[in-house]
Amino acid sequence: MIKRIATCTALAVSLSHSTLVGAAATGSAENAFNPAFSLILSGTYASLLQDPALRPTGFAMNPNPGHEQGFTLGESEMGISANIDPQFRGVATLALDPAGGVSVENAFVQTTALGDGFNLKFGRFFSGLGYLNEVHAHAWDFVDQPLVYAALWENQLGEDGVQFKWLAPTETFVELGAEVGKGRGFPGSDRAKNGSGAGVVFAHIGGDIGIEQSWRAGASLHRTRAVDRESADVPDLSGNPVTNLFSGDSHTAGLDFVWKYAPDGNIRERYLKVQGEYFRRKESGNLTYDTAGANISDTFSVTQNGFYLQSVYQFVPRWRIGARYDRLDPGVAQVGAGNAGNVISDYAFTPTRTTLMLDYSPSEFSRLRVQLANDQSRQGLADTQFFVQYIMSLGAHGAHGY
Amino acid sequence: MNLKSKSSPQRHRDTEKSEKQSKAFRAFFQESQGWLPLYLRVSVVKIFCLSLSLLLLTIPAHAALNVFACEPEWAALTQELAGDKATLYTATGALQDPHRIEARPSLIARARRANLVVCTGAELEVAWLPVVLRESGNNTVLPGSDGYFEAAQFVTMLEVPTRLDRGEGDVHALGNPHIQTDPRNFLPVAEALGKRLAQLDPGHAAHYRQRLAAFKQQWRAAIAKWEAQAAPLKGVAVVLQHKGLPYLSHWLGLNEVVALEPKPGMEPSAAHLAQVLNTLQKQPARMVLRAAYQNERPSEWIAQRAHIAAVVLPYTVGGSDKAKDLYGLFDDTIARLLAGLQ
Repeated sequence: MIKRIATCTALAVSLSHSTLVGAAATGSAENAFNPAFSLILSGTYASLLQDPALRPTGFAMNPNPGHEQGFTLGESEMGISANIDPQFRGVATLALDPAGGVSVENAFVQTTALGDGFNLKFGRFFSGLGYLNEVHAHAWDFVDQPLVYAALWENQLGEDGVQFKWLAPTETFVELGAEVGKGRGFPGSDRAKNGSGAGVVFAHIGGDIGIEQSWRAGASLHRTRAVDRESADVPDLSGNPVTNLFSGDSHTAGLDFVWKYAPDGNIRERYLKVQGEYFRRKESGNLTYDTAGANISDTFSVTQNGFYLQSVYQFVPRWRIGARYDRLDPGVAQVGAGNAGNVISDYAFTPTRTTLMLDYSPSEFSRLRVQLANDQSRQGLADTQFFVQYIMSLGAHGAHGY
Repeated sequence: MNLKSKSSPQRHRDTEKSEKQSKAFRAFFQESQGWLPLYLRVSVVKIFCLSLSLLLLTIPAHAALNVFACEPEWAALTQELAGDKATLYTATGALQDPHRIEARPSLIARARRANLVVCTGAELEVAWLPVVLRESGNNTVLPGSDGYFEAAQFVTMLEVPTRLDRGEGDVHALGNPHIQTDPRNFLPVAEALGKRLAQLDPGHAAHYRQRLAAFKQQWRAAIAKWEAQAAPLKGVAVVLQHKGLPYLSHWLGLNEVVALEPKPGMEPSAAHLAQVLNTLQKQPARMVLRAAYQNERPSEWIAQRAHIAAVVLPYTVGGSDKAKDLYGLFDDTIARLLAGLQ
């Protein structure tokens, strides 16, 4: 597979070589700083009524990126990017953890010379599925990700692998993409074996309606396999917290759309953005119940889904308000006979959350935000969450995607 | 027309090319069966076939150069120099703030098919063009290649900052990028752009040469006319909403007293406007100038209190009803400035 891509790349590079004159630009800002360097500083103050470690009801076997209470320094995000040579461009985003340590958020190489609408990216990158998945935290419209992203993708699906995209030569934007990767993050599990652990295919279409409106819609499919994926503190039928292991296939399908409107197309003055995404995941395999105690394995399958719908309105320059509605459905699990008396199959609860946001951006490089959420994602534990956040960017400021 | 006769071989070439791509693409998916379940493969093939048929439907049936102009003034200039030999797409409108454009899917799709991208450069498009060009997967229009043209490289830049600090607001390291407000700048740009068109489309080199010569002659005459009309504007004191007119001021000898934006790109605050009003009492100005895309409130506020005229300039082609082309742009700009004197 990799070999094939490499051959494709080599071929395409050599084909396109004749038309390419070095990508070393004359006078673009990025090359004035070689490489371009940027740093995002952010921090939040959060006031929560409930313990943020509690997961949405029915999603005890899913990740919970959650929140932190009180004053918290966010991850400082350091970005470095430059053209490597006329064929390649490199991008690295390092997250400096406030508790110490550095993690590699993104570190990828992308081709610049393939041409004919082809783009190849390899290394560690945010998957191209959905709409929000590729958006970095400093560009989010709310303090946190929608519940469906938090529960199904642990905020964002990062992948170590290869992404291949092709843009059709049409007036309407039509983009097809495929990824293969290690599948190291949830819903997959890190593994030490040959071959790929996860695959994604996605398609995006988009365009303008006059000069005032633009839109993009997409569909994505993700497939991976989990091996001994551990979940701690999962409530069982008797109400005890146990540790479970899951091994099996995970298939996720998603739909996303975004629509933007600005009078005269001038986003400096006013604009409205409406977006929504829906994901549905079916997992089937084997569940080992209570590894520390009973340790019983039997079949298990469940289909979870969730969506969010949000809108952000810039009503005067620099000021925006936003509203978001989140909803999750834990589904009804098919539990094998061996665990029928242990594992909860039907939670009969639908987690929801409603969020309001107001932000002010003194310049393109700074943003201050307050956010209020009514969180009904945990049964019987309604939460009112209040956040204050700052996001500042210094250094080279790269262009943002749509 | 001879355009028609050119159409079929080009179309044939394009079709052949896309068929080749489709084969490679299909092979890519079919030989990687291991990781994709059957239903995924089927949908991929379906999506692909659908997009392929879309593709074949929309391939243009003529051989003209596809030109992606970042701003309306460069679309207008290309139109003057290429005539019917170019198919033009203008990425931004006159009522959009050129600093604040998003890398919309439509722009990426248009850049994909472009043979030539004509932009101002000097960082004006830094917030969106790099993403558009990268995502377009079109290696013939990347910065540095023949298909990428930056107008700012051919003119003398004004307001090149001596101190690069974001504390100074939205400053551009290479100088003020709003070069289109001085008609004299269009001469060197046209010269370079004409040559570039001939280079990309050598079959019509004579056509471009001829149009360039005609444009230069006509444009020089027009500049002389505008300069004569604008004589009363020399030394006139003006207030600017955004520091985006140094080339116009330089050309006509306008005297820029003060700007409404405290720093370039920052919204005029009430406190700063009061300060501007103060300055104007000591150093009176005749009018306050803003571009068509800018909010009218700060200008109107100052105009009322300082009892001066608020003048809206088209700023680029399409910025007013009369600014239909490059000639209309400057006819209307001069007319509006003269009206502001009264």
